[in-house]
Amino acid sequence: MFLWIIQRDLLLAARRQSDVLTTLFFFVIVVSLFPLSVGPEMNMLRTMAPGVVWVAALLASMLSLGRMFSNDYLDGTLEQMLLSPQSLSLLVLGKALAHWLVTGVPLVLMAPILGIQYDLPIDALFVLTISLLLGTPVLSLIGAIGAALTLGLRGGGVLVSLLVLPLYIPVLIFGAGAVDANMSGLGFEAHFSLLGAFLLASLVLSPWAAAAALRVSME
Amino acid sequence: MLQGSNLACVRGDRELFKGINFSLEAGGLLQVKGPNGSGKTSMLRMLCGLSNPASGEISWCGQAIRSLGSDYYNSITYIGHLSGTKDDLTVIENLRISSALSGFEISIPQAREALQYMGLGGREILPAKVLSQGQRRRVALARLLVCKTALWILDEPLAALDAMAVKLIQGLLEQHLQENGMIVMTTHQEIDIAAPSITQLQLA
Repeated sequence: MFLWIIQRDLLLAARRQSDVLTTLFFFVIVVSLFPLSVGPEMNMLRTMAPGVVWVAALLASMLSLGRMFSNDYLDGTLEQMLLSPQSLSLLVLGKALAHWLVTGVPLVLMAPILGIQYDLPIDALFVLTISLLLGTPVLSLIGAIGAALTLGLRGGGVLVSLLVLPLYIPVLIFGAGAVDANMSGLGFEAHFSLLGAFLLASLVLSPWAAAAALRVSME
Repeated sequence: MLQGSNLACVRGDRELFKGINFSLEAGGLLQVKGPNGSGKTSMLRMLCGLSNPASGEISWCGQAIRSLGSDYYNSITYIGHLSGTKDDLTVIENLRISSALSGFEISIPQAREALQYMGLGGREILPAKVLSQGQRRRVALARLLVCKTALWILDEPLAALDAMAVKLIQGLLEQHLQENGMIVMTTHQEIDIAAPSITQLQLA
């Protein structure tokens, strides 16, 4: 059942590739424009790289949040999901996971290539990728709450940013911080531990919160 | 089995209905009637547990549906006025996924058989977006063939269907009632179903 949902959402994403590519291109373009506009000062680029990549990943992930539930809402599938004998939290977890596979994973894979433009050393690229790997699922999971709360509202897109951005900030700080700490010679382990803790906490809490929000939004 | 007592529904500051009582036993059909905007769909959504009544209680086998949760969802099939078909999936994928969501995993041959019965034979691998309104309806209703639940809650099941399909569905409903199933439905059409007990519920 959990697998059915993931399989279904991946299938839908495969049939509608433009949605996936929009997110990825947005990420690539934002990250690539910075070195072009700031100029080739290696030191400055290296300092700003983690922040720029993380902010771009965050915005790209948010860009596609609106679609997480709204299509299912409009064609009546969401009603069916609410009436499913399976737990709704599990279903939401499946949808958030599918969202991450479709939007988060491509960003993680692209990040080391884009990082080269900022003259990041190999180990910093490695830390950046791992920090995104730990952090982007949190973005999808927290985003699911926002998407569920603003379902069916007019201007939901703006509202979702307002709701979700404050919750994204800790992930952003520790994600970008891990790379900074690594480059300045401090260890990155503490940052990774915190990102891992965020991931575990959001895995447990956000499907439950999003499921409750969906029930309220659908009433 | 299914009982509603003193149900009321409020939308905004308008009261759609109040003081509605009914009870439905095994093998019974409850037809909810009323003009547009009288709260038929709201009533059905309430019966599904999608929304809570402003007052009153709905119970299934003597227990309030709110306290039953997923046990209740195991025994109902709801087909709303949105057909719940995904445009980008094929007909057969739509049926298999929607029945899996309702807790009934079916094989491809089973799905083919159900679609054949619904008159969609040969169209299994078309994407749902090329189907007509009536055909979409048939895909949604095909779920009734594969999901064996006791209570069917159907919102305008006959809308957009042609005369042949209406007959087909009426046959299906009759068979379900004979097997001691229960049906709650809304329709504006005259239904021609031989059933021991048909209750009509008139909303304002």
